[in-house]
Amino acid sequence: MCKVKVITGTSAAAEAAKLADVDVIAAYPITPQTTCVEKLAEFVANGELDAEFIKVESEHSAMSACIGASATGARTFTATASQGLALMHEMLFIAAGMRLPIVMMNANRALSAPINIWNDQQDSISQRDTGWIQFYVEDNQETLDTILQAYRIGEHEDVLLPVMVNLDGFILTHTVEPVTIPSEENAKAFVGVYEPKHAYLDPDRPITQGCVGVPECYMETRYAVEKAMENAKKVIKEIHDEFAEKFKRSYGNGLIEEYNMENADTVIVAMGSVCGTIKEVIDRLKEKGKEVGLLRVRCYRPFPAEDIAKALKDAENIAVLDKNISLGINKGALYLDLASTVRDKKVVNYIVGLGGRDIRIEDIEKIISHVEVAKDGETAWIGLKE
Amino acid sequence: MQFPREEYFAPGHRGCAGCGAAIVARLVLKAAGKDTICTNATGCLEVMTTPYPETAWRVPWIHTAFENSAAVASGVESAIKALRRKRGKFNKKINVIAFGGDGGTADIGFQALSGAMERGHDIVYIMYDNEAYMNTGVQRSGSTPLMAATTTSPAGSKIRGEDRPKKDMPLIMAAHGIPYVATACISYPEDFMNKVKKACEIEGPAYIQVLQPCTTGWGYPAEKTIEIGRLAVETGIWPLYEIENGEFRLTYKPAKRKPIKEYIRMQKRYRHLTDEDIERLQKYIDERCRELGL
Ligand SMILES: Cc1ncc(C[n+]2csc(CCOP(=O)(O)OP(=O)(O)O)c2C)c(N)n1
Ligand code: SF4
Repeated sequence: MCKVKVITGTSAAAEAAKLADVDVIAAYPITPQTTCVEKLAEFVANGELDAEFIKVESEHSAMSACIGASATGARTFTATASQGLALMHEMLFIAAGMRLPIVMMNANRALSAPINIWNDQQDSISQRDTGWIQFYVEDNQETLDTILQAYRIGEHEDVLLPVMVNLDGFILTHTVEPVTIPSEENAKAFVGVYEPKHAYLDPDRPITQGCVGVPECYMETRYAVEKAMENAKKVIKEIHDEFAEKFKRSYGNGLIEEYNMENADTVIVAMGSVCGTIKEVIDRLKEKGKEVGLLRVRCYRPFPAEDIAKALKDAENIAVLDKNISLGINKGALYLDLASTVRDKKVVNYIVGLGGRDIRIEDIEKIISHVEVAKDGETAWIGLKE
Repeated sequence: MQFPREEYFAPGHRGCAGCGAAIVARLVLKAAGKDTICTNATGCLEVMTTPYPETAWRVPWIHTAFENSAAVASGVESAIKALRRKRGKFNKKINVIAFGGDGGTADIGFQALSGAMERGHDIVYIMYDNEAYMNTGVQRSGSTPLMAATTTSPAGSKIRGEDRPKKDMPLIMAAHGIPYVATACISYPEDFMNKVKKACEIEGPAYIQVLQPCTTGWGYPAEKTIEIGRLAVETGIWPLYEIENGEFRLTYKPAKRKPIKEYIRMQKRYRHLTDEDIERLQKYIDERCRELGL
């Protein structure tokens, strides 16, 4: 039987890793992720989860150990945030290039300097080219559900890529919400057991992994990851639908979620927990007879360009919210990706919520009225002090 | 000791003629045997053995990055434990052996190594010590000996090569309280293989630092690799010992120590040294040997 617990986002992530019956966890504490690994350590200490918990000395080693364990055929989990994710950067490329389906929870947090423990999404956005599948969830329930799906997606033989599930620091990591926790039996039936066929270290079948990629072969390996990303789009939808059918919870089509898009000329495009606030504003406006839509990008890598273009085909004013900034071009990453997908429409970029700056109902309302009169390609920083 | 006939390190790698690193790998695998999984740091050993689609490794082997051979090995060892317990896999003893060069061990990989040793993983860490960063073209490392010239510690009119003494990694490892630490040299294969065997058998972390002469970085003719290694030991520059559960024991004692001049004069990395410089170095080595009872 499933049960409902009122828990934080980090606990939801830990519950998911437990339900996936992970074999090896290697993690290092960092705010606002820490409570996730503490919870997992507790599960292992209590015998609720049979796993090796490697108390590594850094995030670089956490990812290295996950790579070693995954390459030996184990199901692995880690969690981090911000500086920890940045410290893993080198190893993120390697995990993807070696096609290891590691699953990681990242608690989105701003990067130093100045040091800031609060939420934005610069940390994971900066890892967008590493070859990791990236999800941005809206609430704690979705955190749990997405991590369960992540194992299926990453381990799928048409994909074989690591998956990062991002949840907004503090906003989700430290806020309690009711979360439905599937029974162990149902979760197990959905996630299954990891039986790698492609590559694992075993003396009875010696293979060499991580060899020198000479110019004659390197490009092909990069292309293979790109192909896997492309395949992942289909796999993500299929596994999302299977999950929805079994557990009666769904998130758009798995890649994107549309909210009130039917009659909306103005559409906001955003990722993560801010979408909850946006939905609230949309509902209020609807009562006043104004139709505004939300396009929530749930999966950011692979980038669901076709789904996005289709969803936006009738939109006139598109406001893209970015909790990150690519310095030197004054644009956020989601805007840049979207602008290259939707070329014949007015798209305006809003830089919001950096370093935990609150995004209020009024800010969203301001964006909606601004985008209707703004010029295509403009960037506005919302809430910036003059 | 009977040397096993089996070769798990295949011939045909891309190392320089006379490369001591290849000898390290060959001897380690002979001693450890088939049921072994290796991790390898970026460096000469990795690059010369695995240019795709070729490999010199007949046991499972993994390389990921420069500074994390020990951390990757921690993951491998933990996965073996978990999968054995939970799913009955790996149903026999498997040696997990991590290789790292001196740079990948004493410098950039030091943190990962220290962490893995302190956590008590059942792994054998082999530092193949060629006393510089060879793969990137002979730059100094924390393990480069005093006065050796490298491209980043060149001998000039003001500075006489490397100005800092070699970092004492074996003692630092011993201070971690691990059950087995040893030094070895490829020129004493029996001693080396015995130590690898012991390290594999002992439960918990083991660290072996093996001196590996490098033709290219040290500057000597390819056929002299074994001879140079032997001289390093016979002069007392490279003492052979083991520290088992805190007990220090010399495993080889030269009947009469040779003067270091013989060793120094064979290598280009020391060619800038004057007789007085060598005299100073000799005093330094004498002092160290006295401490060890050599
Ligand atoms: C993070 C990082 N920094 C630098 C390098 C470049 N690099 C590759 S191998 C190497 C030196 C290796 O030296 P050592 O560990 O002594 O092994 P050797 O090549 O002598 O066998 C360096 C500096 C790298 N690969 N990764
Ligand atoms: S440079 Fe030295 S260590 Fe590297 S392959 Fe050549 S001889 Fe071996």
